Amino acid sequence: MSGGDLRDLYQEVILDHGKRPRNFRAIANATRQARGHNPLCGDQLTVYLALDDSGRVADVSFQGRGCAISMASASMMTELLKGKTEAEARHIFAVFHAKMTGQPPPDGPADQDAVDQLEVLSGVREFPMRVKCATLAWHAFTAALDGGDATARTE
Amino acid sequence: MDGSRHLGLGHNSGSAAAAPAYDVERVRADFPILHRPVHGKRLAYLDSAGSAQKPRAVIDAEVRAYETAYSNVHRGASYLSGVATQAYEDARATVARFVNAREAREVVFTKNATEAINLVAFAWGRKALRPGDEILISEMEHHSNIVPWQLVAEQTGAVVKAVPIDGAGNFLLDEYERLLTPRTKMVAVTHVSNVLGTVVPIADVARLAHKVGAKVLIDGCQGIVHEPVDVQALDVDFYVCSAHKLYGPSAIGALWGRGALLDAMPPFQGGGGMIETVTIERTTFAPVPARFEAGTPAIAQAPAFAAALDYIGSTGFAAIEAHERALLDYGTALLQDIPGVMIHGQAREKTAVIAFTVGEVHAHDVATIVDKHGVAVRSGHHCTQPLHAKLGVAATCRASLGMYSTRADLDQLAAALRNVQEIFR
Repeated sequence: MSGGDLRDLYQEVILDHGKRPRNFRAIANATRQARGHNPLCGDQLTVYLALDDSGRVADVSFQGRGCAISMASASMMTELLKGKTEAEARHIFAVFHAKMTGQPPPDGPADQDAVDQLEVLSGVREFPMRVKCATLAWHAFTAALDGGDATARTE
Repeated sequence: MDGSRHLGLGHNSGSAAAAPAYDVERVRADFPILHRPVHGKRLAYLDSAGSAQKPRAVIDAEVRAYETAYSNVHRGASYLSGVATQAYEDARATVARFVNAREAREVVFTKNATEAINLVAFAWGRKALRPGDEILISEMEHHSNIVPWQLVAEQTGAVVKAVPIDGAGNFLLDEYERLLTPRTKMVAVTHVSNVLGTVVPIADVARLAHKVGAKVLIDGCQGIVHEPVDVQALDVDFYVCSAHKLYGPSAIGALWGRGALLDAMPPFQGGGGMIETVTIERTTFAPVPARFEAGTPAIAQAPAFAAALDYIGSTGFAAIEAHERALLDYGTALLQDIPGVMIHGQAREKTAVIAFTVGEVHAHDVATIVDKHGVAVRSGHHCTQPLHAKLGVAATCRASLGMYSTRADLDQLAAALRNVQEIFR
């Protein structure tokens, strides 16, 4: 892991989301919620989710504390997933996860807007020890859909 | 340097003024890994408390074992089994001398310090502990000196209690004394905090514990690395350490225990090497220390462990201590000088470890950035979640010093921390 520039990792957008995370609140009438925990570094967050009758993400938010990467990724996730169906949301994560871990992208058309916005986190790939920070909130989101909690592991 | 700040009670005490000249560059020349660049930068290895690097003498000793003296130990009549067994037992004697044990048999080789604590918790604890008995630990223990006691407490009905520390990280001896009662059966505390660097007054801890009839186990992982340990003078009952933090190989550690206590303890694990006779119905067990060394041990690592102790011995603890103490003062002043950097742990008796946070920046972000500058620090909770809860921080960074550390390492850290602040401005 000799590659990877710090400025690619800590881009202004990421630092901004990290400092001023969007949707950083609880949802009183959340349909689902799940905790994400990274026992290696102590990062903890809770993702709140409100699905409407048609199964779309009416609202999504999070609270917790962690590094700039995990906070920024959680913040961006809440912005991206609002209004998506469960299937769309899962697919965006699958695309993001594949990108983070260097796997081939999943089948099916990608949500190009979401992919473009998540591009800013692509610098994390060059820092393998930090990939799990970027995916923690997403695992918690998926766990909320599935009805459980998420414990981060090395991706 | 203030000689009265001397931390140990050992034989090689002395202030910097009295210490022999210490040529750190000569020491560094013995550690091959220190000369490999990381991310194209000079490596500033400041994670010796996580695991120390190895001098050539240790690496060579392990290679030599495999190349010239390798077979299984304590088994068979072959020439090689004989020389391997001799090397393994010589290593035991070296460890025994290093801690001033009465007899070599009081030293049990384990996988690491964690296994040594588990050994005592289960072999001693399951037999000795009754419902309502108390096990005293401290608030700054590593998880390895918390969890085994919780497990054995659950099985025996004993209770785990923690001695508090103050805001600076001092072990509160008077609070400890208040917690000691006739119900206290075990006091298990660290010699040196792996996060705060606090040196616990373990001789006092042992003296007070023995007044109420409690046994004393010291987690020596971070203590024996920085000062001489004399288990007889300290008058403790068990002392554990890991070779890999002592510039030795990974996968081997040691338990020193008072002979009479070890003799009375049942086995910890069953298997080959720890038996006397086995029938299908029952087994009688080998005497100490073989009773506690089930299965094939770390054959090639034991002589390398001994080589590490010989290396420390030939360098001299007085010189190492003085060097590390001067560096701790230098590093503390350097980091304190950076606005926004906060040092956690300012105990009166402190050694070789600086835990810190940088403003609101998360420890992992700090560690990633300084790593790019060639600086290796540990970040996270350092296996001390209760301590971090007490400090009120989720994670810290830790710069820890070893015998090969230099001012240049700390200067490199300080420069990298300024870059952290630039990025998170």
